[in-house]
Formats: sequence, structure tokens, C-alpha cells
Amino acid sequence: MSGTYSNEPMLDMFIFETSQLIEQLEQIILASEKETGFNSHAINDIFRIMHTIKGSSAMMMFNDISTVSHAIEDIFYFLREENPENIDCSKLSDLVLEAVDYIKDEVDKIKAGEDTSNNPSELIETLKEFLANLKSENKSISLEIKEQPKEKPQYYISPDKTASNNYKHTYKAVIYFDEGCEMENIRAYTIIHNIKDITSDYHFFPMDIIDNDESCEVIRKEGFQIYFKTDKSYEEMHEFFMQTIFLRDLELTELEDDEYKKIAETKETEVEEIKVLSSEPIKVPKLDDEEKIVIDKSRQTAISSQSFISVSVTKLDQLMDLVGEMVVAEAMVIQNPDLQGLELDNFQKAARQLNKITNEIQDVVMSIRMVALSATFLKMHRIVRDMSRKLNKEVELEIIGEDTEVDKNIIEHISDPLMHLVRNAIDHGIEPRKERLAKAKEAKGTVTLEAKNAGNDVLVMVKDDGRGLDKSKIYKKAKEKGLVFKNEDEMTDREIFNLILVPGFSTKANVSEFSGRGVGMDVVARNIESVGGSIIVDSQLDKGTIITMKIPLTLAIIDGMIIKVGKSSYTIPTISIKESFRPKQEDIITDPDGREMIMVRGQCYPILRLHNFYKIHTDVTSFTDGIFIMVEEDEKSLCIFVDELLGQQQVVVKALPNYIQKYRKIKGLAGCTLLGDGSISLILDVGELIKL
Amino acid sequence: MEEMIDNTQVLEEDTQKGRFLTFSLDKESYGIEIKYVTEIIGLQEITEVPELPDYIKGIINLRGKIIPVMDIRLRFKKSEKEYNDRTCVIVLEVQDISIGIIVDTVSEVLTIPEEDIVEPPQMNTNYKNRYIKNIGKVASEVKLLIDCEKLLTEDEMEELNESL
Repeated sequence: MSGTYSNEPMLDMFIFETSQLIEQLEQIILASEKETGFNSHAINDIFRIMHTIKGSSAMMMFNDISTVSHAIEDIFYFLREENPENIDCSKLSDLVLEAVDYIKDEVDKIKAGEDTSNNPSELIETLKEFLANLKSENKSISLEIKEQPKEKPQYYISPDKTASNNYKHTYKAVIYFDEGCEMENIRAYTIIHNIKDITSDYHFFPMDIIDNDESCEVIRKEGFQIYFKTDKSYEEMHEFFMQTIFLRDLELTELEDDEYKKIAETKETEVEEIKVLSSEPIKVPKLDDEEKIVIDKSRQTAISSQSFISVSVTKLDQLMDLVGEMVVAEAMVIQNPDLQGLELDNFQKAARQLNKITNEIQDVVMSIRMVALSATFLKMHRIVRDMSRKLNKEVELEIIGEDTEVDKNIIEHISDPLMHLVRNAIDHGIEPRKERLAKAKEAKGTVTLEAKNAGNDVLVMVKDDGRGLDKSKIYKKAKEKGLVFKNEDEMTDREIFNLILVPGFSTKANVSEFSGRGVGMDVVARNIESVGGSIIVDSQLDKGTIITMKIPLTLAIIDGMIIKVGKSSYTIPTISIKESFRPKQEDIITDPDGREMIMVRGQCYPILRLHNFYKIHTDVTSFTDGIFIMVEEDEKSLCIFVDELLGQQQVVVKALPNYIQKYRKIKGLAGCTLLGDGSISLILDVGELIKL
Repeated sequence: MEEMIDNTQVLEEDTQKGRFLTFSLDKESYGIEIKYVTEIIGLQEITEVPELPDYIKGIINLRGKIIPVMDIRLRFKKSEKEYNDRTCVIVLEVQDISIGIIVDTVSEVLTIPEEDIVEPPQMNTNYKNRYIKNIGKVASEVKLLIDCEKLLTEDEMEELNESL
């Protein structure tokens, strides 16, 4: 029974939960900072989040994370309890964000299966120091508060006791944990946390598990006792408790209603007695009305968030495979050769209905993979904050259209480029305050992130109202580096702006921490191209710059031209096809090395015979029998010679089997796809073919 | 509870242990450990993939999953034989890699007790030995038991050396 703490699903759950909480925390801090101060809601939320992270990481034995979150929790506990007035808010947010970064880092390491050896002691020291300072600065206030009479402890007791009569059964459970499992109080709290889902009427002893570390001892000796009422049967409750980690022993007994009432009452008085007896008052969080509302609210959100489930992407891929198969199977039935030439009115009707449904299923499955950009956009708040502080520029981030949905895979690919663009906009684009005022602009710069749908593409724009790009400067620089050969006045504005995407180009002389290493924009461009997108740069001097990333909605489905060579069929992505044509023999040129080329409208293009390239046996070897397809990528073109065109179709991209990928990377193949009749077609990687 | 799980796992492995799917090529009979076999299917249309060794015939569509197929005759450097309706594809899963093996015909599933399995004789000259893990004796017959992991992984080194 023991030793289950390291099992995978729990670890996954921990990583997922923690990263979500951390993201939430970051948002709260940034929002608080904007309001220049932490209000009680924020403090409560942060306290709760840190508390949850502390508990779960302790449970998962990640002690470093647990201690860091504990230190933060302490600070916010102090804030919540004492309401001190002299808080250095910006320092506090800096500290918390530092801790957030640390936890993020650790979680990433855990995810990657690395050792989490990074020692947080320094961080913890600063946190403790901060708390100590805070305490000493606010001593007078805190003393006053301490002298106030404590309210009756009721934080962990459900507020609505009247509902208790509605439950059928009453139980008493005594839980003993394994010896040496440590942090019994946290583990006990986990149980209480879980039991909240089952019942709202429960009492437990010791009651001060969270605030009093001594309670560990009590739990170790006497067990952790819970009295509760619920509709669940004995078996269900037994199962519930048996899930507890490090459980050594469980005593679960059903009680009479009266007994329960008595116990509930005595427990309460007992606690009060303890309070009176002990010289030091037990710290119990107050529960004023406002906080009650917060708790109620958080409960409500918890309920509404239950309508979401997280599903692993592999399952979705599987589902998509199956749907693809179903479409193929459907075609096999409806276009079955046995049915040809038959008058089947009813069959046709039913087939049409089936077709409609399968199409709909396909759409739904595709839409499941779609994720809103909001999470990616919200992450940028943090970057804007950090940068505007470091560079001493006032910058506001505006977000438009964050609900726009993009395939999950693509989101992963655009997050880094987006970050880079935002950094660039703040570092290079937005001018310092003085310069802005001199230009009669608002002192505060604005960076706008905007996303919108445009047909099969999504446009993601990064706009700034900074100094804009200087055309002549860019041209001069590019000329110096030998990146342009045309005259400046021969080039369009856009052509000049696009020079900043060329590798080896960087206008900023001094390299800052954030940008300007000269590897920036071309990497961004390459990243975006790798998902089949493109970048457009637009700018006006002193007005600002707009960088637009055009990305396809999904990677999984592309428009492809199916071609035939010998018996094999290949697919060329339609985006890269410029034209297809039948050549005239006299246009073909062969150079002394035997390389073949073709003249099209005065331009000379290299020829690739696909059947030679892949050594496919075909009868079509003379150029006049087959057909040419001109493809273009990165402004380079190539004419591919194939036997014939079979047609255009949307195809689902699949990777080649592992075995083949392991064996060797096949030149010029991007993957494969299933055609309507169930046969396989290989997808050509045009970029790679051109580079050959 | 852990013990129970352990027990069931042991049991499950037990039912597969010592069981081999046998097929014949020419005169010899071969065996594959049943734990590697996912299914046996009839021959399907194979899509050729360029730049692969000749024994990898290409890829097939197995209910939406695309897997490579290997002609075991060519793998063992035997002469190619035309496929007929008795030709089968044995789908194996070894270390998370799925692959189909084209064989002339499958025979049966046999249980070969451990005491009837012996090491192959050491003959350095015989290239076939590399893929034969053991030799099983069944009545008067001899079954060559294939080492599936080597069958799928060994070739990379070999091909590399050849191409150098």
C-alpha cells in the first residue's frame, strides 16, 4: 500500500495543477501591481495558492518547492492576519515572482525527469528576511491586533450547519499515518480538503492542523479523527479513505445522530478550552463577511470548472486517426464496386446522412485540438512588466482577440517568437519617456497583441507605438553587411523592412539583456516558417511598427496536390505550388554536367526528375509525356517532373513510422498521408528538395 | 494489494512464456516469442518508400496506423519469392516500434518448455546466427527462435558499415 507516492498519474496531476496555479498566481500579482497594492482578495488567493502548492509538493516529496512556498505563505499569512500598512509592494511582488520563477523552473525539471537539486536556501533567506523586516516595521500594529479578542474558531468548520439533517449516515473515522511519513497535519488537511466534496458537515480533531505544527504529534499518537455526515454508504466512504497516501490504519464506524451532535458540540468547547488554557493564543484565521464571499465564490468557480477535463493529446490523436479511418471506411462502403449501376434511392439517402454525420464528427475532433491563444498572450504581461522595469520605460500591454483558437501544436511553436517580438517592441520600438514627450506622444508606450482569423490562417500581430523602423538605416546596414544588391529606390518599403528578418542582420549596436543579439528576427522568422507561416513587417517612422505573423490554423491538415510517379503516389503541399505545365521540348536545356534546366517566360529553373531521385520504375521518362510542377519556397524555385496529376485534396499529415525514422532521415519526405481509398501517399518536403 | 498485482502480472506473463508463433521459410521453421506479436493479417497493398534497404518493402495502412513491412526472406538473404494468398504479415511490437514481417505462411502457436531450448552453435561465419537467439526442439523438429530486438535494431550498424 505504501510507496505509491511516486506513481506517474499523480506526478502528472501535480505538474499540471502546480503549473496552472503558478500561472494564476502570476496573473494575480501582476494585476495587484497594476493597482499598486494587494487587496484582501489577492492576499487570500495568493495565500490559498501557495498553501495548495505547499501541501501537494510536500506530498510529492518535493521539499524545495514546499519550503519556498511555505516561506511565501508565511508572508501572506502575516499580511492577511495583521494587515500591516508599511508594505514595500514592489519588493514583495519581485520576491514572489522570483519564487514563482523558481517553482516554475523546478516543475520544468520534474517534467523533464531531471534532478531538482537547485538549492533555494538563498531565496528562502531573502523571503524570511523580508518577513522579519515586515514584522518589525509593523510591530506596533500587530501587537494591537494580537490583543484583540479572538473570534470563535470556525474557519474549517462548515458555515451551514443547518443542512446537516439532510444527510443519511453519520460516521467516525480515525486515521493513522505511516510512521515517519512526516507532515501529518498537511496530509490530514488533504483529507479534509477532499471530504469537502462529499459533505459540508464535518468536524475533525485536532482542529488546528494547518496552523499548529504540534498537531503532527497528536495525529501521530492518537490518530486523526473525523466526524462527518454524508449520504454515501459505508463502502464508498471506506474506499474514499483507503485512497489516502501513507495510510497505515483506518477505523471507520457508523454513529447515531445524537452521538454526533454531542461530539460536535464537545469538540467545539474543547477547542475553546484549549484556547483559554494555553498562554499563547492559537492563531485562527478570521472569517469576516468579505472573506466568506470569497470562499463561496471560489467554490462556485470550482464547480463551474468541473465542466472541463484535460485529455492527453495522444488520445486525441488516436481519436483523429480513428475518425480518418471511419471516413475511409465510409467511402469504401458507399463507393463499393458491388453497388455500381444499381438504382438505390434509399441507400443513397442513408449514405448522404452518414456522410453528413462523419463530416461533422471530423470537424468536432479537429476543434477539440484547438486552444485559445489567451494563455500565451497573458504570459506576455510578465515580460512587459519585467522589461519596462529594467529599461525604465512605461509600457502598457493591450490584448485583443485572445479567444482566437489555434491548433495546440502551433501554439507551442509561436510562444517563443511572440515573446521575442514583444521584447523587441519594448526594447527597440518604444522610446524612453523623454523622447516620447518630445515627440508629443503619450508618456506611456503601448504594445498591442492582436489575434484574428483570416480564412484558413490566423493572424497574430504585435503592434507598438514606438519610433518605427528607419528605412534608410536598415538599407545602409544591410548594404554594409552585404545582404542587399539592389538600389534603395528600387526596393519597396516592405522589401526593405523584410531585411530585418534576414540572418545576420541586427540594427542595434549594443546588445542588451533582452534583445539585440543579432540572432533574433531570423530565428523568429524560421520558427514561424517551420509551422508553415510567414511574417510581414510594416512600419511608419515615429508612428510605430506592426509585425504580423500569419500562421495556418492547424498543422495536422494541409491542402495537397496528389501526383503519380510509377505506381507510387506523392503529395505536394498546395501552398508551395506555383503552377503546373506541360513543357515544350525546345525549352529544355542540358548543361555539360548533364543537369537539366527549363526556360519558363525567360527564367531558367532547375529540374528534378522525381522518378530518378527516388529510383522509382516508371514508363514516363520523356518530358513531353509527363508534367512539370513548379514549386517555390524561400523565393527559390524548382520544377518537379512527375507522371501525372491525380487531383487536389485535403490530407491529414502523419509521421513516417518510427522504425523508418530511426533508420534514416529520408531526403525530401515530410511524412505520409492516407488517401480516400485507404492507400498511402508520401508527402514531399518542398523546402528540402529545393535545397538539394 | 501490491502482491496481488504482482501475482496477476506474473500470471499474465506466464501464459505467454514459452509460447512461440512458428512459420516456415523454405525448409526451416522459425519461431517468434508470442509476447511480441500483436496480430497476423493478410497481405495488403504496400506503398514503396525510397532510400530504404531492399528488405523494407515499404509501409502499409493498418487501420489508420502506418507501419513499415519487412520481407523476412530478404532480411535473411534468401531469394525473393512472389507473394500469394498464403503470404501473411505478422505485426510485431518491439520496444514501442511496430513493424510487419512478411512470411510465406504461418504455421501454429507452440509451447516449447525451457529445457527444450538450447543455445545456437557458435559459428562465426554464419550471418544468420545473429538473429537467432535460441534453438527449440519440438519432437524431432528444430525451430529457430528469432531474436526480435536484434532483428529490428542490428541492421542500422550493418548498413552504416556497408555504406562506408
